[in-house]
Amino acid sequence: MKALTIKTLTKVYANNFHALKGINLSVEEGDFFALLGSNGAGKTTAIGIICGLLNKTAGDIWVLGLNHSTQTNDVKRLIGLMPQEFNFDMFDCITEILNNQAGYYGISRSKAKIQTKILLKKMHLWDKRNDAAGSLSGGMKRRLMLARALVHQPKILILDEPTAGADVEIRRFIWAYLKELNQLGMTIILTTHYLEEAESLCRNIAILNAGKVVEQTSMKKLLAKVSHQILILETTSILPETIQQMQFECTRLDDYTLQVALGQNINITDMLRALSQQGISIKHVRNAQNRLETLFINLTS
Amino acid sequence: MWIVYKTIVIKEILRFSRIWVQTIFPSIITTLLYLLIFGGLMGERIGLMQGVNYVHFIIPGVILMTVITNSYTNTMFALFLAKFNHSIEEILVSPAPYWIVLLGYISSGVARGFVVGMGVYLTASFFMDFEIYSVSITLVIFLLTAVLFSLAGFINAVFAKSFSDVYVVPNFVLMPMTYLGGMFYSVEILPEFWQSVSLLNPIYYMIDSFRLGFLGVSDADLTTSLSMLLTTIAILFVVSLYLLKKGFNIKN
Ligand SMILES: Nc1ncnc2c1ncn2[C@@H]1O[C@H](COP(=O)(O)OP(=O)(O)OP(=O)(O)O)[C@@H](O)[C@H]1O
Ligand SMILES: [Mg+2]
Repeated sequence: MKALTIKTLTKVYANNFHALKGINLSVEEGDFFALLGSNGAGKTTAIGIICGLLNKTAGDIWVLGLNHSTQTNDVKRLIGLMPQEFNFDMFDCITEILNNQAGYYGISRSKAKIQTKILLKKMHLWDKRNDAAGSLSGGMKRRLMLARALVHQPKILILDEPTAGADVEIRRFIWAYLKELNQLGMTIILTTHYLEEAESLCRNIAILNAGKVVEQTSMKKLLAKVSHQILILETTSILPETIQQMQFECTRLDDYTLQVALGQNINITDMLRALSQQGISIKHVRNAQNRLETLFINLTS
Repeated sequence: MWIVYKTIVIKEILRFSRIWVQTIFPSIITTLLYLLIFGGLMGERIGLMQGVNYVHFIIPGVILMTVITNSYTNTMFALFLAKFNHSIEEILVSPAPYWIVLLGYISSGVARGFVVGMGVYLTASFFMDFEIYSVSITLVIFLLTAVLFSLAGFINAVFAKSFSDVYVVPNFVLMPMTYLGGMFYSVEILPEFWQSVSLLNPIYYMIDSFRLGFLGVSDADLTTSLSMLLTTIAILFVVSLYLLKKGFNIKN
């Protein structure tokens, strides 16, 4: 079954800004899905509509076969949201925030307390359980929002930039936890600006640009589209002034640096062999640019 | 359903309890000032009003004014702050029915009105003797007034976009309407024209009936007051629920 289907979803804000111009999307149940797009592309707007925070202007949404407009409350029960911006009452204490959130879903206090304890321990926030939300660090607040999204045990977890502003350790922790949840069968949809995050976690992606879906495909296919790889090579000795043409594009950047573009017809060993035949020996190789970033820029500009 | 309601009410009651110094003391101090000025200093000169000692005459109005401002500001700030720090989203993403959410907010406004109104009543009865004429009328009028102004505060918060919007109605509408609603006098003493103007002020009916409950004296008819209160509540409830469902100023 489809976890989420969106048909010609449109959003025009009160100031007449067209934030979504009829987007279509579909996410399989159990998928790990990334919604990518530059700032202002409309990701948060789309998520806001799915989660009941914003009114749509037009279009249809189905969540696990339920109609978003007519079975709104059943749909809400299925979804957990970790929003982009902090949105708790900063004076409330952490346990209260989670218990209350469970309360809004109609979960009794005694059951909520059990769930809250499990989640706070999992998020390494149990020691802080009596502190006010406002006193947490940014990374802790993010983990609190993740815990809050999970109190009612949703089937679909939507995360709007879950690791923005989180340090490497917390980012790895969140990634590992999301993978675990996905393996247990939860459908996960996230937005991110870190392409590395999408690459290492997600199976399918959609790219949103200026309110339109410009690409929806699998991560594998997307990566295969990256036709060539740009490498920067440092040489052990001064390069000759002119370099002979080879099977690949090669540019002399300075006395010790070369830039090469490798197509799919040639691998690195062949490239290095070709260079050494010209008497060029290589000390160091690095990627000029993340391949995905290059592709992303091509698709959105 | 009951759990959702309880969650909202308890959360909001905790919120105003956390700031109890700000919520309870100002009203108590105002009451003490009224008792001092109208009871101790001027009461003797004014004499009787509707056959009642002047300081006794004004106490029901003072209590009801406390209830009005506290119920109103409580729901107004509860919703306004939730909009401001976006914690309203916690409720919006959940399947909590809107009418339950609204009832939760109203109940916390009523609770605040009750706590502070009670505080004022106890302060007043500490300094003078009171015998409540009819506890049931007093409580019913208190309850309806608190519900009505909780709803009004809710609507104010829906429309408020900035902190200054929050202060306009309490200061420029509620205060004058309460002061001119017969809090300090019986409308009998007014010239005929101003008497009929007063009859258009809904707060006049509330104070008058509340005084009836307290002291057994009144100008207007209790049934008129009750039907007026109930009609207004019904209208405000429908309007609030509509605004909440539409997500007016929240989901656009
Ligand atoms: N309440 C609003 N009123 C008017 N315009 C809005 C409103 N909220 C967002 N927008 C506009 O809609 C567009 C999409 O915003 P949105 O927040 O959905 O982008 P996003 O893809 O989440 O961006 P980011 O990556 O920066 O979070 C932006 O141009 C934004 O200015
Ligand atoms: Mg966003």
